[in-house]
Amino acid sequence: MAATTSSAETATRTGEQSPDGHGGEPERDAAGLGRRRAAAFVAPALVLIALFLVLPAVWTLYLGATDYRLTGIPAIDPAFVGLDNVTKALGDDDFLHSLWLTLLFVLGSAVIGQAGLGFALAWWMRERTGWLKTTLEALVMLAWILPSSVVAFLWIAFLDRDGGTLNTLLHTPGAAWLLDHPMLSIIVYNIWRGSAFSMMLYSAALGNVPASHLETARLAGASGWQQLRDVVFPRIRGHVLTNLLLISLWTFNDFTPFLITAGGPNGATETLPVHIYKTALGSGELGYGAALSFLMLLINLVVAVVYLRLLGQKNKARRSGKRKTAARGSGGPTDQDAAPAAPHAEAPAAKEETA
Amino acid sequence: MADITLNRLAKVYPGGVRALSDLDLTVRDGEFFALLGPSGCGKSTLLRTLAGLEEATGGSVHIAGQDVTALPPGDRDIAMVFQDYALFPHMTVHENIAYPLKIKKVGKGERAAKARETAEELGLGHLGERRPGQLSGGQQQRAALARAMACHPRVFLFDEPLSNLDARMRLEARTFLKKLQRELGVTTVFVTHDQAEALAMADRVAVMESGALRQVGTPTEVFRRPASTFVASFIGSTPMNLLDGELVAGGGAVRVSGRELPVPDGARAHLKEGDEVVYGVRPEYLRWSERAVDAALSGTVSVVENLGSAHLVTLECDGGLGVQVVVPEEHEPAVGARGWAVPREDRALLYRDGELVGATPAEVPA
Repeated sequence: MAATTSSAETATRTGEQSPDGHGGEPERDAAGLGRRRAAAFVAPALVLIALFLVLPAVWTLYLGATDYRLTGIPAIDPAFVGLDNVTKALGDDDFLHSLWLTLLFVLGSAVIGQAGLGFALAWWMRERTGWLKTTLEALVMLAWILPSSVVAFLWIAFLDRDGGTLNTLLHTPGAAWLLDHPMLSIIVYNIWRGSAFSMMLYSAALGNVPASHLETARLAGASGWQQLRDVVFPRIRGHVLTNLLLISLWTFNDFTPFLITAGGPNGATETLPVHIYKTALGSGELGYGAALSFLMLLINLVVAVVYLRLLGQKNKARRSGKRKTAARGSGGPTDQDAAPAAPHAEAPAAKEETA
Repeated sequence: MADITLNRLAKVYPGGVRALSDLDLTVRDGEFFALLGPSGCGKSTLLRTLAGLEEATGGSVHIAGQDVTALPPGDRDIAMVFQDYALFPHMTVHENIAYPLKIKKVGKGERAAKARETAEELGLGHLGERRPGQLSGGQQQRAALARAMACHPRVFLFDEPLSNLDARMRLEARTFLKKLQRELGVTTVFVTHDQAEALAMADRVAVMESGALRQVGTPTEVFRRPASTFVASFIGSTPMNLLDGELVAGGGAVRVSGRELPVPDGARAHLKEGDEVVYGVRPEYLRWSERAVDAALSGTVSVVENLGSAHLVTLECDGGLGVQVVVPEEHEPAVGARGWAVPREDRALLYRDGELVGATPAEVPA
């Protein structure tokens, strides 16, 4: 074992690295199970995924290529229409409008709202203890863990025109928030609803920023903003991206606004999930709805791929840095300049032994 | 230039923990000054209060005559090197060194030149484009030092500068730091819990315990004449023998474990017959004898520890008292042998109530 390690190290040091970057060691699975048994272990999970995720997705794909309806002749005998549904969607103002609303909803409530407020809360709580922090944390968490239906009712009550809590607080009786500012209402609602996740994730990330790094910046005279820019953000970039990916996708697919506004008034809050629901189940156009669902899936995929790309770049940079360190560190405890000399230094000792 | 004066400096944490209690201290310009003490004694709090990272709850800090007590850390013109070096992992060595200059809005070209020059000075010239993760511990430390040096601060603060290095590197770094400090001539305060480090590097040492200064002096003073039994037991790689004794009639000798030892010169005038005292003598200042000697401690050898060029012998005296003696390598005694330990009269000390008897005012902090 020791021999393989040292030969691998030598290979790395002298630059004779094999293309796979493992120094020519045979690839082996960590548990030593072998391919067949490993496959048997994951098979049940794969079957479940195939049944409940892949199959419905493929089924949706198929339905999207038909004129399947809830009622009428196509309900019994759907006809294959090819890409007609997709072309129809791309020219459909209702669809494009709901796509635009979804974009507003994701940007406003997730990317800016939840991520921003979550970070602000995490930053504020960083060095604080006491009842104020505990209470705030509990309230934020509560908003996150309550069931959607309950939360939707609470917000309807909160924003109600006659005797709603907000109108009572602001002394604005009769202000119809959900009618006059429908998008703003659901954006604010979703910020309130989902900031807990960002807060927790950022709290954990900020815990990884060493105090000494911030203090070094402070001693250099860095302002709060400079500390964030130069010390904190570069360190938590991966966390920020992961968070944005997750909350973007969740918000994109979120259906709860429907429970508050039902997509109204007059389609003003009809985000994609709501639009698809109304199309497929409300109007009964199952085929068209399935095609829209497929488009939504595609958009999700694109968003995910973009984030993962960004994340991948970061990881790659870090890995290559680490590999270089390992190659250098193997030479000696202090000075890698001495490392190339080490093999020569060993030679005389070996000679003495043979003599 | 830049001397540091603390005037009744106090730090009480919310919740009532008193980390620093009314410290008075002057660190002279250009001095290499050590804050030494066991963990929790307040030495790091003191350093951080000097830096402005902790707010003093009483008293004042002056640097070069200027009251900086209320100034934020960035305006104190000081640089600090942390125990973990605190190098920014996403910046190269050069960028790290140039960072304080960037914050101080030094032009891009100028700060790059300055960073290169400083890196060169500390032997990091060829590593400028590397990231901290690709450097060895010693190189990281030098990069952190370079970052501190680059903006020419009035004062350096080092928090446990050597404790993240392995034992061999530590000795090298000790010599390196001392030489560097002498060359730069910048007032430097460093914190350590390792008495050997403090004695080896510092021009003067302050020994702290429970938020108070117990003794301030040169390494020689602190080693030779510890002002209290606490300092005596803390300083020295082999702890001082502290033996309970009593002054005999006439006041000319101390009875320890049934033997009479002469009273040290400086202490004689302050003592009277029957006083209970602690007789302190370092193992290095006891002479070993295999033949019976007057005015010496006697006993049987119970443990012999090899120190390389000498042996640390534990002598079990009559009455069960243990005394440690450093014996030169050529006189290694056998375990169970009878032996005598003769104290060097000019190095023996007497303590009464934990305080050095006959201490000069300079030896006892106000």
